[in-house]
Amino acid sequence: MNVRLYVWQRATAAVMAPLVLGHIAVIFYATRQGLSAADILARTRGSIVWAAYYGVFVAAASIHASIGVRNILSEWSPLTERRAGYLAILFGLLLALLGARAVAAVVLS
Amino acid sequence: MIVRQMKHRDSALWIAALVHRLSGLALAIFLPFHFLALGLAIDSDARFESFLRWTDQPSVKIAEGGLVFLLAVHLLGGLRVLAIENFAWRDGQKQLATLAAALSVLIAIGFLTGVF
Amino acid sequence: MSEIPSELSVSLWRGAQQGRYESYTVPRRESQTVLDVVTFVQRHLDPTLSYRFACRVGVCGSCAMTVNGKPRWTCRTHVAKVADSGRLEIGPLENLPVIKDLTTDMEEFFQKWQRAKGVFAPSQTRHDAIAQIRPDRPARVAADAAIECINCGVCYAGCDTVRWNSAYLGPAALTRAWTLVNDERDSGNSERLQAVAADGGCHSCHSHQSCQELCPQTLNPTAAIAALKRRTTAAYLKGEIKA
Repeated sequence: MNVRLYVWQRATAAVMAPLVLGHIAVIFYATRQGLSAADILARTRGSIVWAAYYGVFVAAASIHASIGVRNILSEWSPLTERRAGYLAILFGLLLALLGARAVAAVVLS
Repeated sequence: MIVRQMKHRDSALWIAALVHRLSGLALAIFLPFHFLALGLAIDSDARFESFLRWTDQPSVKIAEGGLVFLLAVHLLGGLRVLAIENFAWRDGQKQLATLAAALSVLIAIGFLTGVF
Repeated sequence: MSEIPSELSVSLWRGAQQGRYESYTVPRRESQTVLDVVTFVQRHLDPTLSYRFACRVGVCGSCAMTVNGKPRWTCRTHVAKVADSGRLEIGPLENLPVIKDLTTDMEEFFQKWQRAKGVFAPSQTRHDAIAQIRPDRPARVAADAAIECINCGVCYAGCDTVRWNSAYLGPAALTRAWTLVNDERDSGNSERLQAVAADGGCHSCHSHQSCQELCPQTLNPTAAIAALKRRTTAAYLKGEIKA
């Protein structure tokens, strides 16, 4: 872990703090109201706001989780720093790809 | 090696750091599945709907409660780290760490009471 | 009030990285310290026991060992405080190679001190006027709060990040670097900030705070390291240091 990775990890954490609170609120609302898929998608389809909110969330989470996983791999597994770094980047890309696809799935009509 | 047990590992703050790391790892493993589930909406609304109905099962709802707990505890633990690193040192952190854990449990319970 | 038993059962680590605990029975004495116990074993029971000490009064930092699972100064640890049910287990400090029995090789601990640039870099010579440093200036207050380290190694032995990350400079080296960052007379800050911002530097710290809880001098390496994180992050964002 060096200053560059640290800055990215803490910055994405700070960005996500309010997003997580909002997400928990969304979870509570959707489950208490018993929203169906149609209800949810009616709200998200074609919405710039939802696209922006979850787009930013996915980007930040991909970076943040990737660096976190890198730390865990380098400290708790026998992998070298380098290999841990590569695996972490791969994981981050996987999250970014699947996440972007998920956002597209609920936002695009 | 030699003495494996380190007594300081029962400190509330050490446990807070461990819970923060483990919750992050669990969430990182969960995320791809979460994204795949949402991606079902690409196939059809019906596909997404049948997935949502699958999650109505009590066992799944309890697992979701667990996920809400992990998310809350990771967020609060992260705020603890950001506070230590960016603000003046304060005492009483052990109590705050314990409070954060308790709050996360309450949030998870709040989720569960709304779905059962 | 319960009776103080007349004897103490002690397990001491014998060997090197590989070895075993061996048991000894030692007479209990009032106000006995763990160092007294180890000394008794070496003088009266087994002269082949190897251990370190010097001042015996808590100012030199030589006698630190793992006592019932925690790294402590053995000269300032009363047996009465740590011997649960009359038993003591004493081993060498963790996270350092064992030379023999209770002595560890401290070389890496001090090398990391150098790598963290925990060394004063003078900006003046003897021909210049003596620097006037007011003790109440914030930088001096910060340095003074962290300066009393006697290199005992307890924080290093107690740090799990040191255990998990061989590159991590550790709490003592980073705390010393922080005191020098705050020293107005020092001229080595750009190299120092660069050194503590690299891999294994201050950013590897997870704020477990074991160092702060264990330090016998009641220093707070977690706070010093957090301050270094702020200082290096600012320097990085301003382009003064590189990743």
